[in-house]
Amino acid sequence: MRLRKITEPVFERLIKICGYSSGFIVLLIVIFLFKEGISFFNLSPVDEGSTLWVHNSNPVKELDAAQIKDIFDQKIDNWKAIGGNDQPIELFTLDELGEAFTAEQLGPKFEYLPKCIDSYMDSLPGAIGFFPEKQTVGLLKSAKEVEVDKVSFSTFISDTEWFPTSRPAARMGIMPLLLGTLLVSFFAILFALPLGLAASIYLAEIADDRVRKILKPIIELLAGIPSVVYGFFGLVVIVPFVQNTFNLPVGETALAGSIVLAIMALPTIITVSEDALRTTPRAMKEASLALGASQWQTIRKVIVPYAASGITAAAILGIGRAIGETMAALMVTGNSAIMPHSLLQPVRTIPATIAAELGEAPFGGLHFKALFALGCILFIITLIINLLVERVSAKRR
Amino acid sequence: MSNKIETIDVNLHYGDFHALKDISLGIPENSVTALIGPSGCGKSTYLRLFNRMNDLIPETRITGKVLLDGENIYKIKATKIDALRRNVGMVFQKPNPFPKSIFENVAYGLRVNGITDKSFIEGQVEKTLHQAALWDEVKDKLKKSAFELSGGQQQRLCIARALAIEPSIILMDEPASALDPISTGKIEDLIFELKSEFTIVIVTHNMQQAGRVSDYTGFFYLGSLIEFGKTRKIFTNPSKQETENYISGRFG
Ligand SMILES: Nc1ncnc2c1ncn2[C@@H]1O[C@H](COP(=O)(O)OP(=O)(O)O)[C@@H](O)[C@H]1O
Ligand SMILES: [Mg+2]
Repeated sequence: MRLRKITEPVFERLIKICGYSSGFIVLLIVIFLFKEGISFFNLSPVDEGSTLWVHNSNPVKELDAAQIKDIFDQKIDNWKAIGGNDQPIELFTLDELGEAFTAEQLGPKFEYLPKCIDSYMDSLPGAIGFFPEKQTVGLLKSAKEVEVDKVSFSTFISDTEWFPTSRPAARMGIMPLLLGTLLVSFFAILFALPLGLAASIYLAEIADDRVRKILKPIIELLAGIPSVVYGFFGLVVIVPFVQNTFNLPVGETALAGSIVLAIMALPTIITVSEDALRTTPRAMKEASLALGASQWQTIRKVIVPYAASGITAAAILGIGRAIGETMAALMVTGNSAIMPHSLLQPVRTIPATIAAELGEAPFGGLHFKALFALGCILFIITLIINLLVERVSAKRR
Repeated sequence: MSNKIETIDVNLHYGDFHALKDISLGIPENSVTALIGPSGCGKSTYLRLFNRMNDLIPETRITGKVLLDGENIYKIKATKIDALRRNVGMVFQKPNPFPKSIFENVAYGLRVNGITDKSFIEGQVEKTLHQAALWDEVKDKLKKSAFELSGGQQQRLCIARALAIEPSIILMDEPASALDPISTGKIEDLIFELKSEFTIVIVTHNMQQAGRVSDYTGFFYLGSLIEFGKTRKIFTNPSKQETENYISGRFG
């Protein structure tokens, strides 16, 4: 009795501390994610410590990341295309410098480098140069620095190219990743929902107790299998299947991703909607049957409508599972960050992108921060999904 | 008067539990038959024999004969069970309208039985809502959810719903037990109205109610039918001691 008086408040306090600290940790993670993610915006897409130069006579003052990439990919080869004079564009980087000047001219410690750059730029009015800041800033007379548009939220969202490591300027448009994620998830749910609904109706209404007692734990077990195992299964079974069926050069496609994610979302959909179907009161079923409705009519007209909000919640949870899934998506979707046009081409999802690229992105750099911003987007999407689930199930009560 | 329903030596087991014991009984046509007895004595189980509702409960075994218009309903094909249930309407203990509109609740039985004629359905809905003495209260809100009605209204809606498919038998399992006295009175009046057209079997644990509404009464005790006869006779001059004890309120 005395002991209880002492231990109970202690436990109460411990539980309180656990509650507060876990909430605090979640909050910290979110703050950290958004702090890193938001600091990505208003950075320059050009490598830190480097600058772009054009000839003094060139009227072009400002370029954006897309234009810079096209120039250095030689897709744009005349200044006229981007508002300059009718003049071919000459690319000029340290490589060209090495060819144009000898080692003596550059000096043993590259101390004449700025002078060489200057004279080279001077001789080529159509040149665009890309050099380290400390060899150039304040040292060139023939050239002027080009202003580069900062990374903005609107280009981040709407740009259709994802080349985070391209130089001189990275292109970070998440459109292909976002669409890839949505495409794969949408079709995953399109495949999984009818199947899952059918299975849950079977379990809740048709299967007899013995069958249910075997099937239910198996389905619940499926939810616990690590995603890398699903990915492996997808790689060995689904990918070759897709490749052979559609006669494709590669089987790693959005379709393969959708199928694997559908299989992964099934257990969630089945268990959640089965629970919902079971909430239909027996009185409701009996009322229907007593009016001469068949079992199928009763399922269709009474049981499923009664469980509709639960089934919706199941579907949304399934979508959430598919959108956030990383490993399996990484393994079977082919991971090419291009705008998806069909199910039969490789795509890349947001979580797969983060997982694949975070390791090689320099810590704290532009690419690193871009991945955090991507994480924020994913967080917002899943947050919306969770809120939807909340709303739908609140309606049920 | 001929018997609409007849059971001969019916036994029912829920798994190991012997719930109905050798019940033989004839229920006369176009009359009200009350089944009374202490709770757990098998009244509902017996009632649910007539529309094969017990079939839904796993591990139920039934022996003996249940004749409806002379046909053993436990020998019919599985595909004919729906037709049987169309002929045997049921009103449950707690009002159990569907989460649909008032109109759709009543129309449900017609729709699931393949009737699509809109004006027929509308006519039938109006007619049975009148029969259930509910029309005046709901005629302006047929599109509203059935859940907006009071408990007593819901139960009358369930009666209208059962009437809409024009059964010849109506089973009622303690239809007023969840209702207030005024609603109960309305339901009892309704039963009185309906008996010219239907054969009604009503389970009740309310003795006064059985006395008021029924022509015949059967007294069940521990799964057996103890006594059956004209209600007046059962209530004034029962032939079995158990019946008398129960009626006089000495147990139950
Ligand atoms: N589904 C069932 N499974 C097992 N036993 C049941 C089931 N339904 C009813 N019983 C039992 O059968 C007996 C009769 O039940 P019931 O017909 O509901 O009684 P009443 O309606 O007279 O109160 C009770 O003892 C009850 O416990
Ligand atoms: Mg009962």
